[in-house]
Amino acid sequence: MVTVTIDNKTVTVPESTTILDAARAAGIRIPTLCYWKDLNEIGACRVCVVEVEGYDRLFTACNNKVDEGMVIHTNSAKALDGRRTNVQLILSEHNTSCTTCVRSGNCRLQDIAGDLNILDNPYPLHLPKPKAPSDFPLIRDNQKCIKCMRCVQVCEKVQKTGIWDVINTGAQTSVDVTGVYSLEDSDCALCGQCITHCPVGALRERDDTAEVLRAIHDPDITTVVQIAPSVRAGWGEPFGLGPETATVKRLGAALRTIGVDYVFDTDFSADLTIVEEASELLERLKHRDTEKFPMFTSCCPGWVRYCKGHFPQFVDQISTSKSPQQMFGAMIKSYFAEKIGKDPKKICSISIMPCLAKKAECALPTMQDAEGNRDVDYVLTTREVSRLIRMCHIVPGDLPEEEMDAPLGIGSGAGNIFGASGGVMEAALRTAYVKVTGERPDPDHTFLALRGMKGWKEAEFNLAGTKLKVAVASGLGNAHDLLTALEKGDVHYDFVEIMACPGGCVGGGGQPIRDGAEMAPLRAPTLYRQDEAMKLRFSHENPAVLACYRDYLGEPLSERAEELLHTDQHGWKMPGEA
Amino acid sequence: MSRLSIITQNSDQKTVEELYKDLERRITASQPGLCPVDLAASFLHICHSQSCGKCTPCRVGLGRLEDLIQQVLDGSAQESTVDLIEQTAESIFLTADCAIGQEAARMVLKDVRGFRDDYLEHIRHGRCKGLQNQPVPCVFQCPAGVDIPGYISLIHEKRYADAVRLIRKDNPFPAVCGLICEHPCEVRCRRTMVDDAINIRGLKRFATEHEGKPKPFARAEATGKRIAVIGGGPSGLSAAFYLSLMGHDVTVFEQRKRLGGMLRYGIPAYRLPREVLDSEIAFLRQTGFTVQTGVSVGKDKAIADLRGEYDALYISIGAHTDRKIGIEGEDAKGVVSAVELLRAIGDDEMPDYTGLDVVVIGGGNVAMDVARSAVRLGAKSVKIAYRRRRKDMTALPEEVEGAIADGCEVMEMMAPVRIETTPDGRVAAMILQPQLAGLIKGGRPTPVPAHLPEVRVPCDKVLVAIGQGIDSRKFGEYGIPIVRGKIEAFDWSGVSGSEGIFAGGDCVTGPATVIRAIAAGKVAAANIDAYLGYNHEITSDVTLPRIRFDDHEPRGRINMKERPAAERKHDFRLMECGMTEEEALAESSRCLHCDHFGYGIFKGGRIAKW
Repeated sequence: MVTVTIDNKTVTVPESTTILDAARAAGIRIPTLCYWKDLNEIGACRVCVVEVEGYDRLFTACNNKVDEGMVIHTNSAKALDGRRTNVQLILSEHNTSCTTCVRSGNCRLQDIAGDLNILDNPYPLHLPKPKAPSDFPLIRDNQKCIKCMRCVQVCEKVQKTGIWDVINTGAQTSVDVTGVYSLEDSDCALCGQCITHCPVGALRERDDTAEVLRAIHDPDITTVVQIAPSVRAGWGEPFGLGPETATVKRLGAALRTIGVDYVFDTDFSADLTIVEEASELLERLKHRDTEKFPMFTSCCPGWVRYCKGHFPQFVDQISTSKSPQQMFGAMIKSYFAEKIGKDPKKICSISIMPCLAKKAECALPTMQDAEGNRDVDYVLTTREVSRLIRMCHIVPGDLPEEEMDAPLGIGSGAGNIFGASGGVMEAALRTAYVKVTGERPDPDHTFLALRGMKGWKEAEFNLAGTKLKVAVASGLGNAHDLLTALEKGDVHYDFVEIMACPGGCVGGGGQPIRDGAEMAPLRAPTLYRQDEAMKLRFSHENPAVLACYRDYLGEPLSERAEELLHTDQHGWKMPGEA
Repeated sequence: MSRLSIITQNSDQKTVEELYKDLERRITASQPGLCPVDLAASFLHICHSQSCGKCTPCRVGLGRLEDLIQQVLDGSAQESTVDLIEQTAESIFLTADCAIGQEAARMVLKDVRGFRDDYLEHIRHGRCKGLQNQPVPCVFQCPAGVDIPGYISLIHEKRYADAVRLIRKDNPFPAVCGLICEHPCEVRCRRTMVDDAINIRGLKRFATEHEGKPKPFARAEATGKRIAVIGGGPSGLSAAFYLSLMGHDVTVFEQRKRLGGMLRYGIPAYRLPREVLDSEIAFLRQTGFTVQTGVSVGKDKAIADLRGEYDALYISIGAHTDRKIGIEGEDAKGVVSAVELLRAIGDDEMPDYTGLDVVVIGGGNVAMDVARSAVRLGAKSVKIAYRRRRKDMTALPEEVEGAIADGCEVMEMMAPVRIETTPDGRVAAMILQPQLAGLIKGGRPTPVPAHLPEVRVPCDKVLVAIGQGIDSRKFGEYGIPIVRGKIEAFDWSGVSGSEGIFAGGDCVTGPATVIRAIAAGKVAAANIDAYLGYNHEITSDVTLPRIRFDDHEPRGRINMKERPAAERKHDFRLMECGMTEEEALAESSRCLHCDHFGYGIFKGGRIAKW
């Protein structure tokens, strides 16, 4: 332990504690900008500089450690001047058109400039030439980038994708894609983690709210919305609502207020996915000698993009089942259209997702009919839907909950946990267990090994004598490690769930942003709590799903199910894919 | 008013002079990977500010060149701008009145021609081709990638054993390198921007002298794989050390009586005492590799047999054959090659030069070694004849100065013509032709014969130190690709078309430095391990102290002293004196810790394992 004095307060902290953490322990919050705990501790912005007695130079609090007897001043004239100058310098290269910025009101730079009472800037504005606009789901504004390097770090260290990197030196230093010249040409999985880790508005999703509003306001168009499981764990955050208030039913009510015609729950198609995927797995397991294992889940389009771009040798092992979003889209434009007697072309199918990769997925050639009509027309991220609600001046906390529409509005608890890492695997195993053993496992205890935030989980289950070795990875860095181990033959599994975002969709790149905080560990328990409270716990028991098979699809893996609910993962290519 | 006055430097001029020196040091310490276009723009700006303003091309032209290069940088240039830059620079070069404009234009021409692709990359894509991937200058410059800031911080905490242990993770010859490494690590040391480079070699030497008895490294579980290392020099022994740590069964074949290669048979003991070398090798041998000395592979043992008996081979035979000058009288008695002399000294077979006049031919470090050895062997006079200027010598300046202090005389601009012999075939005199420094090619002026008569230097011995060759013939016959005597190997030390055969060190690069040979051994060890299907990691268990704060006040670099020339020139005992603890602590406090402060904390800083 070492004892230090910070702003005249004495505090004793373990050795190797940073000045920042020691100050925090003393109740002093030193402002930081580029810093993100355990991810980006590089002292780049020089905002957290403090004065240490005995030294003339200032030192960053985020990545320098305290020493016995150190006397630190966080607000001395020198520290404050240095901090303010650095923020002014950053502002001199930042497009401060805050009123038209997606991050206005949730911007670290805006907060710090405000906190430091910066009312003018003596430095002339220097903005780089903007890049040509693009309709890629992920957009980078180089006039807003403050070179904090968080995106580079999360892309390289957490996701091990290395799409973003530092380019050039000196005044020309910037962040851009490496190897190629545009994001469209890169192997970007579209996990969107760079967005949720960006302190400012330099990175954002393509905003599709205008198109969605146009469809809603078009009297000829029937708008149908599906809401992904994980959205209910986070959508209320920007409104200051907890998950108990910000339920899927209240979000449905908000969407109906905006003018959406039908509101469905993606939990339904998550159940459908399970029935198809579990059947596929059991079918593959019957041919252990000829099939390649493990089988991988297919519900995360970020993972599918990553696999195709980085580990193409495993693409054949990805389940052919479409993601729940696309299964839902296919059902809306066929089964549901028939049910309501509407021309599918007059239906606009919109999904609310925690995800950017889903924006790319719905535009794939394999996810539309021959005339180019998409099964899912627009994908809005959780953030976009909150902007839509704000745009329509709706105060969601004031709205009563409304039931989802029938017949695709019913979902099971198994479908609900799809939004957390391990949830898809658990849902699939709940059903597989019943199918193989004829008995219902205890949904609250049997599969606990699959839950939690660990990046790479594994477990073995005995299904009536059949041993099933499974693994769950979330975050592409963990996926990378798992796939590398599989390739080397160090590990063997039968079934593997992979989600691109750390912690799964609850930590998705389209979820609300809280600067400096990893939200997945806080959001995932919501989904499990909801599951626990539900009566329906098994996907294959979902009456809406059963009705679909009875009335329309026939059996799982039937010809019609194959046509509507399955896809060819080779039916499109990533930029670098052979 | 006086007709003339004495010009004294005023304080303004003094400040400017200081700034010039600051800039000079700053440029010396430039890190690799900087943008050549941005650098050209900055250099040009300096050049332009030097313009007196009289002439158009310099006053105006350099400014317009700056504008054009700035356009390239800010993305507003066309591809044709590159041609315009080149044409404008050419025109300034041809029409400038004095060197200020002319040389500025020459720099731009060099840059735009040498980096045309980078200019185009900026114009087309707004980015640079270069990558700033190694931000810790000393680690990047060290071929073996030793964790220099790490061990310097340990020295500063007086943890000398830990410091040396950390070095051994990447370089198994810390004591040897502490004495004789050419220290490329110091060349771009960022401390140079403040005052001067850190004396890294001196600190390393200090640590090795104070480490006590080193703790052996843990060896990985035995793999049962057998590897033959051909040549027990620094490269072979480094490979043997790391491969043994990885658990492989290694045998080193050495054709001479003892291990060490050029460390023993090329470097005289006054620079590298034998006991230091012996104890370093003894430590390496604790890892358990087998040694067979006196076995010449290719002669005593067929290469094919060796390949059959072992899972992998590492060829590290060095460069131990001498080169001929090709002049009349070269076969005379008394003409001795540097290799021959140093080999004899290495085996403690000291020739007696008492009372002899000696002429050394050459200007490299080996020439200095033999010259200074000749002094120590009792020579009456030692003259070093070199066909270029003294400052063009490839020997380190301190080596040349040391030789002169030892009493050697440098005869610069003197090319050897022939060796005059006595009727019984002994050396009588060295005949030299004075030279004139000509045009600069490859950074050094080409010597051309001057219109001056030959110079006759009577002498008893001629020591020839004009480089070494590689005895690679047998390997060529076996089928290993040889290019101009050198074994051809990839940068990962594999040999084309010879699976399981690796090569590195002097036999691949030609005579180079110890640290490059060591690095080659390390690279080979990693890739042989991978070739055998393993991924053993070499790590260090040393934890580093907290990073110190420092205000970077400029302070003097601590240099090593040498024993007085009058004393040292009579023996082969170590010539250089090590640092005191006081000096080592002061010197280690100068390290800027580029692994923590600067880009190093973001990317490419500490490499904890390989």
